[in-house]
Amino acid sequence: MTTIPRWEHLEHGADIGVRGYGSNLAEAFIQAALSLSSVVTDLDKIDPGESVTVECEAPEFDLLLLDWLNEIVYQMATRNMLFGRFEVQILGHHLQARLFGEVTDQAKHQPAVEIKGATFTELKVYQTGAGEWVAQCIIDV
Amino acid sequence: MNINLFTQRDETTWEIPASGRMRVPAIIYADRSLIEAMDDKVYQQITNVATLPGIVGYAYAMPDAHWGYGFPIGGVAAFDPDAGGVVSAGGVGFDISCGVRCLHTGLGADDIALAREALADELYHRVPAGLGSTGHIHLGPREMDDMLNDGAKWAVKQGYGTPEDLERTEERGCMRGADPGQVSEKARYRQRKEMGTLGSGNHYLEVQYVDQVYEEPIATAFNLHQGDVVVSIHCGSRGLGHQIGTEFLRLMATSASQHGIVLPDRELACAPIESEIGQSYLGAMRSAINCALANRQIITHLTRQAFKTVFPGTQLHLLYDVSHNTCKLEPHATDGETRQLYVHRKGATRAFGPGHPELPAALREAGQPVLIGGSMGTCSYILAGTAESEQRAFSSACHGAGRAMSRRQAKRQWRGAQIIDELKRQGIIIRSPSLRGVAEEAPLAYKDVSAVVDAADYAGLARKVARLRPLVCVKG
Repeated sequence: MTTIPRWEHLEHGADIGVRGYGSNLAEAFIQAALSLSSVVTDLDKIDPGESVTVECEAPEFDLLLLDWLNEIVYQMATRNMLFGRFEVQILGHHLQARLFGEVTDQAKHQPAVEIKGATFTELKVYQTGAGEWVAQCIIDV
Repeated sequence: MNINLFTQRDETTWEIPASGRMRVPAIIYADRSLIEAMDDKVYQQITNVATLPGIVGYAYAMPDAHWGYGFPIGGVAAFDPDAGGVVSAGGVGFDISCGVRCLHTGLGADDIALAREALADELYHRVPAGLGSTGHIHLGPREMDDMLNDGAKWAVKQGYGTPEDLERTEERGCMRGADPGQVSEKARYRQRKEMGTLGSGNHYLEVQYVDQVYEEPIATAFNLHQGDVVVSIHCGSRGLGHQIGTEFLRLMATSASQHGIVLPDRELACAPIESEIGQSYLGAMRSAINCALANRQIITHLTRQAFKTVFPGTQLHLLYDVSHNTCKLEPHATDGETRQLYVHRKGATRAFGPGHPELPAALREAGQPVLIGGSMGTCSYILAGTAESEQRAFSSACHGAGRAMSRRQAKRQWRGAQIIDELKRQGIIIRSPSLRGVAEEAPLAYKDVSAVVDAADYAGLARKVARLRPLVCVKG
């Protein structure tokens, strides 16, 4: 699966938004996840040595993105880890993924901020006229 | 924002008449320059709030209002359960019961001048701050239930404070009506190592001194004098609150239509107060309020230990503890009768006026202390609740400065080391695990808190009592 950086941050007065692009839905979700991790630290500082498996399911793609990002936030918080690489499979409305990363080291990662959760604000998953997938939302930090 | 969108009632009162789906009008309190600089999204969000079922009076925005999620940050709205009123997870936010407490140290700025570096080190060493930091207190399932039921009262029972602390905390340190049974396993698990931690972002612990007193009699009642050193602690309900917010936001957003509620924005996620989801949320949200109160109480204990190490014999007494992300059931007089209303304050502080029965005897005559945090390196303020605030905005006031610039812009503009050096030259010591975090929280990335406080004072939301300047800041 490609991991060419195709993500960006959205400006939000108090917080920040994440947006990922992809030639398919799974790729856009991977890029949105990379955008999320880079809110906290520089991706190249994360050693992807350990992996965690997660699953989620939702009736709509935008809710699936919300659940996906919130699952990553939960894994970051409870395992005290940062993730720099993702593998995602989406079948219908079911998502299966592996997150690759390491335990947070304050000195090494200089984590800028803790993410509280993904929000419905600017939450959108759509395909452009050119067929490209976009997955985005504002996150609360 | 275009001021022609408003009917200006007086210098600081800007009304939006009800139109379209709005059930009530909206009011923004701000001076002309604040409202001109305010994000258009505040207008959109506060008018959206005005469409929610059971809303009473007006939808209000405080002088520090900015673009939030569903509700603007700085939004206040009250709902009547007997009129189909709703409770909104979006109207409380992710960081449930985030708030500020302020402690007297009994020391003067001169007393600590030579030991400031040592004090900064000791506080930084004792109070876990920043992403990945964990607390020293790990709760089993039974203890977790006790904490969620009893809040700061639980913490004091464990030895992390005194009964006098509870007198000086909203709800006497224990939010009634908590139902830990409504708190998910995920929320509990997320909290297990986070008791007594500061968190990150705009959360901090600051040692400050009183640099100006505006209202002598009230300052005296608050035991604040020129040059006094105080400690302010700003943090919330940590992972537990974030998880409850996340779960109920989704549940309320996806079930609103079942309750016949049309949401102009899904982030306004809400449910009727009298519904199963509404009651379940109230039980969980009140548990999270207790978690926040317990958390600030434990950090108070750690702060006292740090002060005792550097300044043996010091006693830190609590001035007051306020929360600024809550929904609380309160009696309010509207249309000539007193009703029990569910008041949402999202990035807004409760500001009870003189004589309010909720206030402890020692503060009752002066009014409730309203604690307003500035950004790192800038002033903070202490205000007092006024009698007229009840009519102005259900006894509510502003909560802080609010960002003027996004994190991304701030990161581009400054480096953390440069900010720390600059503040050091101004006599302010920063301790933080993250230089990037410091850059994103740069003082100039925030609005001028003084303008916000002046507008709140002018509008009668709360009265300006004292200004605080920072000496040491521990930043998450």
